[in-house]
Amino acid sequence: MGQQIVNGLFLGSIYALFALGYTLVFGVLDILNLAHQAVFMICAYVALVLVVHLHMPMFAALPVAVLAGGLMGIVVDRVAFKPLRGRSDSNIAGLISSIALATILEAAVLQVFGPDVERFPFGAVPTRSLKIGGAVVSELQIVIIAIALAMLLGLTWLLRRTRLGRRIRAVAESPKAARVLGVDVDRVIAASFFLSSALGAAAGVLFGLAFNNVAPDMGRSVELKGLAVIVLGGMGSMPGAALAGLALGLLEVFTVAWIGSSYRDAVAFGVLFLVLVLRPRGLLGSAALREA
Amino acid sequence: MSLESLQDLWLTYQSTVAFIGLNGLLALSVYTTLSCGQLSLAQAAFMAIGAYASAILTFHTQAPFAVNLAVATLAPALVAIPLGLPVLRLKGVFLAIATIGFGEVVRIFFVNLDFTNGALGLTAVPQRTSVWMIYAALAGALFVLWRIRGSRVGYALEAIREDEPAARTMGIHAARYKLAMLALGASFAGLAGALEAHYTFMVAPGTYSFTRVVDMLVYAVVGGTSVFYGPVVGATFLTALPEVLREISSRVGLAPGPLRLFVNGVVLLLVILFLPEGISSLPRRVRAWLRARREAHAA
Amino acid sequence: MLLSLQGVRRTFGGLAAVDGASLEVGTGEVHGLIGPNGAGKTTLLNLISGLIPPTSGAIVLDGERLDGLPSHVIASRGVTRTYQNIRLFPALTAADNVLVGAHLKRHAPLWRRMLFLPSAAVEERAAREATLALLERVGMTERAEERASNLSYGEQRRVEIARALASAPRVMLLDEPTAGMNPGEVKAIADLIRGVARAGHSVLLVEHNVKLVMDVCDRITVLDFGKVIADGTPAEVARDPAVITAYLGGEASA
Repeated sequence: MGQQIVNGLFLGSIYALFALGYTLVFGVLDILNLAHQAVFMICAYVALVLVVHLHMPMFAALPVAVLAGGLMGIVVDRVAFKPLRGRSDSNIAGLISSIALATILEAAVLQVFGPDVERFPFGAVPTRSLKIGGAVVSELQIVIIAIALAMLLGLTWLLRRTRLGRRIRAVAESPKAARVLGVDVDRVIAASFFLSSALGAAAGVLFGLAFNNVAPDMGRSVELKGLAVIVLGGMGSMPGAALAGLALGLLEVFTVAWIGSSYRDAVAFGVLFLVLVLRPRGLLGSAALREA
Repeated sequence: MSLESLQDLWLTYQSTVAFIGLNGLLALSVYTTLSCGQLSLAQAAFMAIGAYASAILTFHTQAPFAVNLAVATLAPALVAIPLGLPVLRLKGVFLAIATIGFGEVVRIFFVNLDFTNGALGLTAVPQRTSVWMIYAALAGALFVLWRIRGSRVGYALEAIREDEPAARTMGIHAARYKLAMLALGASFAGLAGALEAHYTFMVAPGTYSFTRVVDMLVYAVVGGTSVFYGPVVGATFLTALPEVLREISSRVGLAPGPLRLFVNGVVLLLVILFLPEGISSLPRRVRAWLRARREAHAA
Repeated sequence: MLLSLQGVRRTFGGLAAVDGASLEVGTGEVHGLIGPNGAGKTTLLNLISGLIPPTSGAIVLDGERLDGLPSHVIASRGVTRTYQNIRLFPALTAADNVLVGAHLKRHAPLWRRMLFLPSAAVEERAAREATLALLERVGMTERAEERASNLSYGEQRRVEIARALASAPRVMLLDEPTAGMNPGEVKAIADLIRGVARAGHSVLLVEHNVKLVMDVCDRITVLDFGKVIADGTPAEVARDPAVITAYLGGEASA
């Protein structure tokens, strides 16, 4: 049982990290950025290339990949979302242009790396395990959970205590009001994309490490699970995303243990569906989500 | 052009032509809900239901194909109704997400169903679909949508798309119309699923994924969703394009798969940014531009 | 009395936007609803048309309760409206907008159109003609095929009124139809409203143009802070000291 909890928290912290980026952009822009999973995937490759070809140690490759992800996020905003601001259909149009961008990025990776799974070289990743209580916990798992926690705390601090964080929250509440108050809304949005994609990049690298599996389609399934997480947590709510990510991780692990692995994925989507039908604002979300 | 070379041409491109028709029908299934302002991404699931239902009938009964197709058209529509009732109340992106969730649940359900051979799906489905059947189905769908346009129902749908609460204050029962369009789209998708299954010899759950319904959405958007034939234009363009690219890619030394994906993405991005009403709006825009130029020169 | 509101109350959070409002509108009556900004006039219209439900109180049309019903049902009972910030369907032409308004009056089974039956074409032609007649009534014949988003403010307002008339409603709710209009246009709207009332439709008119309201209305209700502070004929209301203090004295706009 303890083992399941450890595994669940481990999986959940990666889901949480991915979902945080998703929900940050949604909270600020009211738009779903479906290119998030492409950044997630690409930065796993970035880390891979840094480690394999440039012989960077993992602890250096991670921040570089995260930075790369952040910069990519700014590009995503500039190319796919900024030109659509002000258009009446910007929500759906943004969805579609982010899909387009994701497709382009995925194609590029497919061309360069091919469709097969890549792995981190032996030795790049710690492989020792410890026994805590009755559970076997690997060093890797501890590191990943720690990093995820650190990023979550860092993000919370940034949003609560810094000027940028205040500006982001202002824009999330009302871009018009924020503009009137002198906030450079476009800059704040770019910053939000930077943060969001940096989180996604971290999630991607950690995911690739955790399962030692880097492939062009790794973003696809996580993307959909990510949707379930942000819906469960409440769209736009960061604590919600964190909580729901962990909850989903635990839920999946327990489902595999008690029901069987074939229904593992169904859990996420069943939850997603139920939440939307019964309590659309999720656990910690706000605002009415139904029709006027 | 000898008869023989025409026959060769047909043999080479027959499947492309078939898929243009199928993809057109699928694009229309996404369009039906878009036409009243709702983005539903459950169509892959409806397609799966139609495909499995018809394949099972083929294997276990002696029913004529028309019956199979009728069932494949009706069954997803019936499923769409209990789905739509709770879900169509949701706004914009939440509706889309709910339908994605539904689609995944259905896919996973089929992957795990032993009766339908789980993840491997049903193989050796006899080929009962001919290309003309596909185009007859497509023509039927286009006909229905054409007649809806300009009718009382059609105007109501447009009103709902533009401003649903205002439409309701004019007596338009928005919920009922949205549900009807969801069911109609579901039936188009189911029909396409059945036709495709009996053309490609198989029903595999992996075919009916989120990626597939995104493809359908891309066809519709690239073609244009302000006219009922727009999605078919998009499907034709994006299905035929890889054939053209195949020639190019081999010469340029790029793998065809990634190139097709890349071009799809680029086309979609360009359309959504610069030609939001899709390729089908191009003639109108060109005409307007030419007219403006003529007027400027005359002045 | 055709339409009657009884103690209608609507709260948002802790605040009452409408606080126990009662009023009555007779058949063929033009009833004005005036009051300072934020008095709750538009909220009242939203309550009647069903966009939001009342927190308490009753809204009765010809003996039947309207409150709590979905807005499309309320519309089918004969209540239509225009909006303060104009809600025409922007991508549709003026004529098409009015055609949508006639939704309730059209009985056109889709299957007839599918089979190209002549009865369908006849019905469509009749609907079109009725639409053009309405547009003529509001003076918009030349601009009938123009996209709504290309019309001027005043033109859009007129099309909205035509749209609200298209279903031959029993009660028409007009929300500041003359906002931003010049005196000539205002007079045209006043004539239109009088004509509509004479034809048997009741009108509940929310307006800031007090002169218009005094000219055109049979009775007036004055709202302030969500409460009814006066109700009567224009002459009575003009004399009412409560009204003069709260509204006419301070913010008369003619």
